[in-house]
Amino acid sequence: MLDLISRVFGRDHSSADIARERLRLVLVHDRTNVSPQFLETLKEELIEVISRYMEIEEDGMDVTLQTAENQVALVANIPVRRMKRAAVASKR
Amino acid sequence: MGQVIVVTSGKGGVGKTTTTANLGTALAQLGNRVVLVDADIGLRNLDVVMGLENRIVYDLVDVVEGNARLKQALIKDKRNENLYLLAAAQTREKKDVTAEQMKNLTEQLAREFDFVLLDCPAGIEDGFKNAIAGAQKAIIVANPEVSSVRDADRVIGLWDAQDGDRSPAMLIVNRVRPRMVARGDMLEIDDMLEMLAVDLLGVVPEDDHIIVSTNRGEPAVYSRDSKAGKAFQNIARRLMGEAVPIMDLEAEESLWSRFKRIVGLGRS
Repeated sequence: MLDLISRVFGRDHSSADIARERLRLVLVHDRTNVSPQFLETLKEELIEVISRYMEIEEDGMDVTLQTAENQVALVANIPVRRMKRAAVASKR
Repeated sequence: MGQVIVVTSGKGGVGKTTTTANLGTALAQLGNRVVLVDADIGLRNLDVVMGLENRIVYDLVDVVEGNARLKQALIKDKRNENLYLLAAAQTREKKDVTAEQMKNLTEQLAREFDFVLLDCPAGIEDGFKNAIAGAQKAIIVANPEVSSVRDADRVIGLWDAQDGDRSPAMLIVNRVRPRMVARGDMLEIDDMLEMLAVDLLGVVPEDDHIIVSTNRGEPAVYSRDSKAGKAFQNIARRLMGEAVPIMDLEAEESLWSRFKRIVGLGRS
């Protein structure tokens, strides 16, 4: 009965909702792990885009996926050496 | 040339063999020439599901090793003259066949049959790799539960990563319990499709008739009151290019969940 009341008031997550959330997280991880190249390719493309705007230290760059309680985050630590004046100005 | 379709899932026990048997039978009933190939070497099962276990003389390994001609190893179905089975070897191992041999075999079969259905072993090792080697299409069978969907995702990834001329994987969601879905206790089809990013080929409800039909060795498509059998017939017609709507499983839904849906509490 308690279960019913909490459902009616929408507080409880149904087990299908829980399954969907768990699956979503698992699949993010599985798909990244399937190809070890994934993060490497992503990193290269990030460098390409960011380099248009700033000079970065490629060796000090760190790109990883981190899992918290209920989400996966792409965490990128990219040391910047200097901004490119021309690129910033041309966007104005 | 006929179509070579592999039935696979990653996870075991989700209904690959049942799907292969029923789809093959339904396709044959619709007038196609069909051959079912049991690629699960060492653990053959398609023969018992089809009720043909007493008729096996030669098997797949005999054919690829040249101990038997293909014609000798093809077992004609009991009821349908358009339907044949090529059994797996029971006392051999997956590594006794190569991907190249499987490819040649399926090419040969595709010249004679409209549909070549390969019942793939569980897992993603050699047996799986051999089974998908010669296929142009893949049917992924998944149950609406976390472990099965996860494995399906892995298998779809491996299928997509293959080279060659291959169609995108198609999903069959098997063993759906509409009441549990309505109650919010089973993953919904739409959520599965979104997560797996595949096309839906069909939805098959959980059905006691499947166990009865496996006991008898007669695929459920022969049983008139089997809902799963009906679903497999629809899938067969879709494979032939007919636009058959997905079966409405909600007819089974309980009054309470119908009420919830009407007042906007249920998700559907």
